[in-house]
Amino acid sequence: MKVGAKEYSLWTIAIAIVLLFALIPVLWLLSISLKPPSQISDGRIIPASFSFDNYKSLFEGGWSGSPFLHPLVNSILIALITTAIAIVLAAFTAYAIARLEFPGKRLILAGALAIAMFPPISTVGPLFDMWRAIGIYDTYLGLIIPYLTFSLPLAVYVLVAFFREIPWDLEQAAQVDGATPWQAFRKVILPLAAPGIFTAAILVFIFCWNDFVYAISLTSSDDSRTVPAALAFFTGESTFTEPTGSIAAAAIVVTIPIIIFVLIFQRRIVSGLTAGAVKG
Amino acid sequence: MSEIVLEGVTKVFDDGYEAVKDLNLGIADGEFVILVGPSGCGKSTALRMIAGLEDISSGELKIGGEVVNDRSPKDRDIAMVFQNYALYPHMTVRENMGFALSLAGVDKAEIDRKVTEAAEKLDLVAHLDRKPANLSGGQRQRVAMGRAIVRDPKAFLMDEPLSNLDAKLRVQMRTEVARLQSDLGTTMVYVTHDQTEAMTLGDRVAVMRAGVLQQVGSPAELYGAPKNLFVAGFIGSPAMNFMVAEISGGKIRLPIGEVDPTHIEGLELPPQGKVVAGIRPENFEDAEIVPDETKAERGLTFEAEIDLVESLGSDLYAYFHIESEGVQSDQLADLVGERLAETGAAGKREGQEQIVARLEPTSKVKRRETAQLWADTAKLHLFDPETGERL
Repeated sequence: MKVGAKEYSLWTIAIAIVLLFALIPVLWLLSISLKPPSQISDGRIIPASFSFDNYKSLFEGGWSGSPFLHPLVNSILIALITTAIAIVLAAFTAYAIARLEFPGKRLILAGALAIAMFPPISTVGPLFDMWRAIGIYDTYLGLIIPYLTFSLPLAVYVLVAFFREIPWDLEQAAQVDGATPWQAFRKVILPLAAPGIFTAAILVFIFCWNDFVYAISLTSSDDSRTVPAALAFFTGESTFTEPTGSIAAAAIVVTIPIIIFVLIFQRRIVSGLTAGAVKG
Repeated sequence: MSEIVLEGVTKVFDDGYEAVKDLNLGIADGEFVILVGPSGCGKSTALRMIAGLEDISSGELKIGGEVVNDRSPKDRDIAMVFQNYALYPHMTVRENMGFALSLAGVDKAEIDRKVTEAAEKLDLVAHLDRKPANLSGGQRQRVAMGRAIVRDPKAFLMDEPLSNLDAKLRVQMRTEVARLQSDLGTTMVYVTHDQTEAMTLGDRVAVMRAGVLQQVGSPAELYGAPKNLFVAGFIGSPAMNFMVAEISGGKIRLPIGEVDPTHIEGLELPPQGKVVAGIRPENFEDAEIVPDETKAERGLTFEAEIDLVESLGSDLYAYFHIESEGVQSDQLADLVGERLAETGAAGKREGQEQIVARLEPTSKVKRRETAQLWADTAKLHLFDPETGERL
């Protein structure tokens, strides 16, 4: 397909505007994080002098003293555990929904959608009380459960769509070839649904990584507090300095795992993997 | 021993639709049997029941003497080629073909040897490390066949394996399939809607209509002595011509003339009443070409105004209309689509039947001219108009 020069330049401009709009705040944050405390409010986008003090302060004091290191590990672990559990459960659920006829199938889908729509803030109060009553307040589990509740429906929806795309004949071919249903699922269906699996995984991971409401409400210490919540507890170098610089530095640091995560998996998120399965 | 026996096999779907009704069919070890019929006749469902992909509602299915009704597909030791090939897109040709063996736990060297052997048979050696997406339709089709033959199964099941290929490739692959089956000597059940494929490939052909088996027999049997109107109209291309005939005074009165039934073998004629007569296109001839002694011995010479002439070089098709009330039969109604596709050239007229005659290419008949035609009435097929059964 040949795109006209005019159309091409129009698109380039449009994309550039969107990119600028999205990236200028990030750039601003990066600039703040690189400024020494005295220059933070000088309004310059390019710092007069570069300093990595803000980044150093994040990790100063090591495992016990750093205000950031513990939450960062918590964030990574909680997000990864949730993603793993959500994807495994969602893959089974979605496969069943896409392939089997069973009573209550519509109810499950509708229920999942309803839960995904539910405003998280309205569950925070009850959860706070319940978690304290059963003793999982301020634990990983206490965050993983609500994260799963909200990310599972999303993952199920994404995966159902992907599983439905896979021709049923492939599974039947596998069965005739001597595969058990589990083998057919693992060796034929799952590899083909890989783009869907990765899409769902990224969505779930980002959801957990970015959550603030549950993280701030259901934790009380660095044992399980995640980065977004921990940022709110940052203090300046003295009682009288604003922690703006270190918050900016922390914000930059927490975006890095997401960028890595997306960069790794986006290569797998290519549609058209099923091309050639059936006639085409 | 790997004969397949279906005894009273019936399939009723959840919505109550009966796709296959009381199917009885025995397929001998090493035999090549074709299930043929128009779409929706239950032939694919029957095949999928043999494969184990559909449950059998009632009846018994035996493979190699064992009842396998409740066995899952993997325990039946059969291989299937799907209409859309169903190749695993994430695996190379080699992996696709070796998948069944690797599932069975065969060791790598042995898998490699068998895959290479099959690839040689199918001319796929050069493509072993390519992915299905990069192959042409014909190559994909061969990979699908390769995946089946690598396993050396008890039986091959083929579900319209050639219908996705273009016409030329289809003919080529048709011979390939026939050669493969005779080389391997494995039992094969082959489903198709194409009667040409059925006639050219099979040892025996089973014709189905609306879930019911109509007739099983060698291609020659089906062609020469179709059991009912449906089989008569389905087998053969162009299709058999039908007209309403009346029997009175020991003669058969056709719209084109009177016939003495004593020439026709094995005919049990009712004393009188209406019948449906069928004549195949090749049983017509240009009267000028037929020797006088043949004309004197049997047959019927009549005049017809030719609507259309199609010359194919080897044959010449002449289309004309005869005065006849329409042949009313459910069995033929099922075939209308197929027949129109073949003889749609001149269309249908009220109170008339279109007839196709296959003449010698030397014939001088011309469009819009009246010609003398001769019909070999010894090859006349007669059917009961009510039941459609052969008389």
